[in-house]
Amino acid sequence: MLAPISFLLLVTLSPPQDVMARDRPNDNGKEISVFWSPSGDTGVTSYRILRQTEGQQSWDTVGMVGRLARSYADTDVEDGVRYRYVVLAASETETAESEPSDYAVSTPQWFDTDRIPALFGVAIFTFLIVLATNLARRNRNLFIRRISGLDAVEEALGRATEMGRPILYVPGLSSIADVATIASLNILGEVAKKTAKFGTPLMVPLRDPIVYTVAREVVKESYTTAGRPDAFSQDMVFFVTTQQFAYAAACNGIMVRDRPATNFFIGMFWAESLILAETGATTGAIQIAGSDAIHQLPFFITACDYTLIGEELYAASAYLSREPLLLGSIKGQDYSKIVILTVIVLGTMLALLANVQVLDWFRSIR
Amino acid sequence: MNVAADPWVWVAAILTLAVFSFLYRENPFYRFAEHLFVGVSNGYAITFYFHRILMPYLIEPVSHGRDLWLIAIAMVGMLYFTRFIPKVSWLVRIPIAVVLGYSSGAYIPRAIDAQILQQLRATIVTRSSFATTLAGPGWQLGVWSIIIALGVIATVTYFFFSAEQKGILKPISRIGIIFIMVGFGASFGYTVMARISLFIGRLQFLLGDWLGLLR
Repeated sequence: MLAPISFLLLVTLSPPQDVMARDRPNDNGKEISVFWSPSGDTGVTSYRILRQTEGQQSWDTVGMVGRLARSYADTDVEDGVRYRYVVLAASETETAESEPSDYAVSTPQWFDTDRIPALFGVAIFTFLIVLATNLARRNRNLFIRRISGLDAVEEALGRATEMGRPILYVPGLSSIADVATIASLNILGEVAKKTAKFGTPLMVPLRDPIVYTVAREVVKESYTTAGRPDAFSQDMVFFVTTQQFAYAAACNGIMVRDRPATNFFIGMFWAESLILAETGATTGAIQIAGSDAIHQLPFFITACDYTLIGEELYAASAYLSREPLLLGSIKGQDYSKIVILTVIVLGTMLALLANVQVLDWFRSIR
Repeated sequence: MNVAADPWVWVAAILTLAVFSFLYRENPFYRFAEHLFVGVSNGYAITFYFHRILMPYLIEPVSHGRDLWLIAIAMVGMLYFTRFIPKVSWLVRIPIAVVLGYSSGAYIPRAIDAQILQQLRATIVTRSSFATTLAGPGWQLGVWSIIIALGVIATVTYFFFSAEQKGILKPISRIGIIFIMVGFGASFGYTVMARISLFIGRLQFLLGDWLGLLR
């Protein structure tokens, strides 16, 4: 009697149900999502996904997922071609095949509707920044509080001038697309105006070729603005290498050989931050750092004399230059912070006291 | 002791020691390694960009008559070289403007989504923040959620530049900087740990691969 029972047990693996295939919404095409209800059997170890192109007889295996999976993303499809799928539940000894799904077609979408909340966010923050920029254009004396690290800039420049030693300015290792790099170049412009005025040698080693081009223009313009175009030298701003640690090694070499009196490390940094800051500290230079790289700031704080933390970096460039555009953007960001704090406080109060589902609005955000 | 016979292992080991000699002081060995490193990295970068960027994304398709519009993009990129010709050096601003414009457009919506909207969602304290989960009892999770919310409020206040840190802003900013420093302390410890593991890796190379003292 045992044999028929075990035979019956072996053939009762139930197939997956309700297999559904549909184009993945809000993408650039070339993807179909397949969904299914699991096989009722506990012995299922995996699911295999098979695909058939319309007009063809054969079924091809396109993927395999674990027993807990309920969906599969087929990214190897052509847009405009109709496909249908079956899902095969597999145990150690047998398989059970689902009914085929309906045909699905992958198409690209022009707009990603999941990003609508982000669009609103961009619109609100842009409005605030434009508003603040217009205010700054009308009134250049808009208040921005003094940042302690900035007092050190003049002191550090004066020290280098008195000692007759150069200033090293490292504007980070990132590309021109990085906000920290742009802020750093604004500060470089102000530093260069002062070195031009005092006749202090300036060294700006660069890692990114495009940043090199921009930095060179910034320094040249600062020397011209300061009325010392003759003091500008092509060798002040120089490209080193794109390789991160080779660049760090070169900066170390400059610090120990040329002994700059002041080192600026302002911009975006990665693992080389500690190497640069530690080497500079051993040479006895005054060091001023500034970065929005959260993981590198601790090293700058421990090894440098003054550190501009995160957004202080952007505020510093606005404070020093008094450019309406920069002042306006800092003011606009401050207004945005008021909006953010209001949302947090009001959202928490509504959620806790009135049990309003405030997070529902955020749920659709990817 | 089973010293490596591969001459490249010797080259790597000697260069590693030359770089480490910087820990004592700057010296000709370090200087040699430094200049070699910079030179090799530049040579590598030129080769890399040619074979991995220019060839597959420009020369290859264009030479086969595909994606001819790439020539226009390449022309814009070529404008970077105009800085060598003083009369037309202003043209260098065109590719810089393209890069900055594209980067801003691509980065700003992503930043607002990931760094503001998602963070707001995670910061707001709701009744579900006090629900017991696998992470721990509800009251504990709720207290942590409140601490996170207070930390965010205090830290954002610290970075408010439109007013002096006086009056009510002073204590809140103080709390903010404490939160920031606690975060930096944790980050510092974590990163130092990672750096030590890099150093251990280098020692393993010297003592194992080179000198054969480790098995």
